[in-house]
Amino acid sequence: MSDLIAPTDEAGVEAAVHDAMSSKTPIAVRGGGSRAGLGRPTQAARTLTTERLSGVTLLEPAELVASARAGTPVAAFEAELARAGQRLAFEPFDHRALYGSTAEPTVGGMVATNASGPRRVIAGAARDALIGVRLVTGRGETIRSGGRVMKNVTGYDLVKLACGSHGTLGVITEATFKTLPIPETELSLVWEGLDEARGVEALCAAMGSPFEASGAAHLPANADAPARTVVRLENFESQLRYRSGELEKLLKPFGAAARLAVDASRALWSEIREAAPLLGDGGRSVWRVSVAPSRAAALAGGLGALAAAHFYDWSGGLLWIAVEPSADAGAATLRPAVREARGHATLVRASDAVRAAVDVFEPEPPALARLSAAVTEAFDPAGVLNPGRMHVRH
Amino acid sequence: MSGIAMPEPDPRILARRDQIVAGLKEIVKGEGVIDSEDERRAFETDALTAYRRMPLAVVLPSTTQEVAAVLKYLNREGVPIIPRGAGTSLAGGALPQEDAVVVGVSKMARVLDVNLADRTMRVETGITNLGVSGAISHEGFFYAPDPSSQLACTIAGNIAMNSGGAHCLKYGVTTNNLMGVVFVTMEGEIVEIGGDAMDAPGLDMLGLICGSEGQFGIVTEATLRILPMAEGARPILFGFPSSEAAGAATAAVIGAGIVPVAIEFMDKIAIDICEDFAHAGYPMDAGALLIVEVEGAPAEIDEQLARIGEVARANGATSARQATTAAEAAAIWKGRKSAFGAMGRISDYICMDGTIPTGRLPEILARITEICDAAELKVANIFHAGDGNLHPLVLYDMNDPVSLAKAERAGEDILIACVEVGGCLTGEHGVGIEKRELMTTQFTEGELFQQMRVKSAFDPNWLMNPAKVFPLHMRGETRKAA
Repeated sequence: MSDLIAPTDEAGVEAAVHDAMSSKTPIAVRGGGSRAGLGRPTQAARTLTTERLSGVTLLEPAELVASARAGTPVAAFEAELARAGQRLAFEPFDHRALYGSTAEPTVGGMVATNASGPRRVIAGAARDALIGVRLVTGRGETIRSGGRVMKNVTGYDLVKLACGSHGTLGVITEATFKTLPIPETELSLVWEGLDEARGVEALCAAMGSPFEASGAAHLPANADAPARTVVRLENFESQLRYRSGELEKLLKPFGAAARLAVDASRALWSEIREAAPLLGDGGRSVWRVSVAPSRAAALAGGLGALAAAHFYDWSGGLLWIAVEPSADAGAATLRPAVREARGHATLVRASDAVRAAVDVFEPEPPALARLSAAVTEAFDPAGVLNPGRMHVRH
Repeated sequence: MSGIAMPEPDPRILARRDQIVAGLKEIVKGEGVIDSEDERRAFETDALTAYRRMPLAVVLPSTTQEVAAVLKYLNREGVPIIPRGAGTSLAGGALPQEDAVVVGVSKMARVLDVNLADRTMRVETGITNLGVSGAISHEGFFYAPDPSSQLACTIAGNIAMNSGGAHCLKYGVTTNNLMGVVFVTMEGEIVEIGGDAMDAPGLDMLGLICGSEGQFGIVTEATLRILPMAEGARPILFGFPSSEAAGAATAAVIGAGIVPVAIEFMDKIAIDICEDFAHAGYPMDAGALLIVEVEGAPAEIDEQLARIGEVARANGATSARQATTAAEAAAIWKGRKSAFGAMGRISDYICMDGTIPTGRLPEILARITEICDAAELKVANIFHAGDGNLHPLVLYDMNDPVSLAKAERAGEDILIACVEVGGCLTGEHGVGIEKRELMTTQFTEGELFQQMRVKSAFDPNWLMNPAKVFPLHMRGETRKAA
């Protein structure tokens, strides 16, 4: 069991990092811990949690901006945004179903893992909505980057760098986001029975239309149901009537579409956002593969029996693949195939032993790996924060 | 000449000029190395024309491999490098120095690949911003970031400065529309970062490089997100009795859950000057105006504009003029788009670029008036109201050094005021040399040192666009920072 440090303010975080530096004792960093299964297992005697750095600190719907401390539960943040008619456009990915976790996802964890959901395909990732951060670096210094305005090129964009850095550069203590108004309503159009190549083609046709589809997924056939190709529209009621009709006309070559009204649409996209319900047996290992949509179906097809279950989000640009557990979770087959398709793969669910043995994140070419290592060292020269979480540190 | 200092050129480099030029000619054959004083003069400044420095030489490679060889050579020789796109930086981001070689990407301007299904496009970065959209417009697609200089500015420069434009409120800035780059390091390595798949894992080096003001290396190719055009777009023009009312209406529109593609603000002085130039039919009795543009099918536009009109009237709009034809739409935009040109016709001006929380608009406008009154200078305010990006144009007389000094001082005071209300020094133009010394008003020394360490990670010898972004007096400290 590792000791848990739970600072209540930034000074406490700074003190913990200084202590780690002077005692040469690395610390693991987490929010609520719901994403503990993501990344390589970290060897650290102590764990720092940001859970007690909590609270929404800014909410200005008329300026489309909101801030929260790192430990604020995502659910609480989203609820407060919703009361102001706002939301996080990237539809934060919730890892709980994937890991069977009951821990509370936090804003800090969401930022540190760049956790984006289905709407990423049109609205950008978490990193695109993030406009400001405060973080305590691996040198024990609190720095700010960005701010509370959405157009800001003052100094380097350390905001993007912090997002998705898995706690390896600093402990994020507060984050500021561009928010967007919650649309009046939503609906989904569903085409049944398309094969995977045709399904992705239909999604790309929808995304290439002017109707601003905010979700585009293809769920291949399984024992219980035929294949479903799903496109979501969100907007004012009157606009949806027009746009759904136009989109149906445009996609006529793919057959007639069924409609999911608001509640059914929300339920389906919630499953897609959580991924796990669509990947079957919870014991399987899970890969998350980014690839250009036009190469996605061929990639999935080429994996053959390795993929025990899979589906496409982001217009085909995100491929979720479940494989039966094995010593390398299928990496030996999957990684070369993904590389060939010029995509990249992350092993998002596997045992600690597997995640310690194989690359969890796509290996970087040597020149890029050197730059990443140099940048990491600029923030955390002693390697005290989440050592080895992203890559083996040499 | 005016106030912003540049480092003294290194006499040892100046003395080796012939040798360095010869070395460059070994790498880039033919007309790619520009050596004569006459031809180098074309590169001595950018759009911050008050500052000029003759570079040691200019090299215009034709391939990524040549760029790599040039960087490797200059890095080994310890010669500073000034990367250059089209030289349209308003912040002096492409200003050379006497002991530096300008490395331009203008000969690398091809479209390499367009994939409409994936909504991506790969280009060489010397292509102009408008050239990108121009290559795909016949397919009904466009590239969203649209800086005012889009006719001339390059994608390389857009990436270096993370350029914005008038439509950022809906579509974001360069970093939100950039999916991958081919990046040449100081060691001359060619690195692919990102590509046509979304969200590469690992540290977000793409996001870090975008907006690094050309201080890390040179980007020679880019994969861009392209978007389908809306079915149509239509602007509406509202007159308001005061800037306060226009500011309140902006907040109310967004607060009502409507996010238009653009909300542009002009104050009384800007209206007068632009109307006189463009005859756009702006309301001359208004204290401020807003141009709001929405997109969609005709009926969708009608509905949105009706909602926006209600909100505007409730917030005191005294006039509203909706474009009913393409010509009317063009007329409404003409005044706004020609604002800088119109201003330039009556006076020299410096264009500031702070961003503020939009709710603080009335306060900051009052402060700007105060600052410019005290300096006895005229100021016109143009504002991307939806996203808080403010462009006060401070008018001065270029032939009067005292006037320029006063204008620069007033500009600085305006930016400091932007930071004080929670905004920032620069929304889309970049720091360059112009705002370099002001960085200490927005950042602590520790924060600046951390940024400088990141530069050192890419460029340990501080050769790439070295005299930009960070206060000159801190540069001696870079080794300490690293």
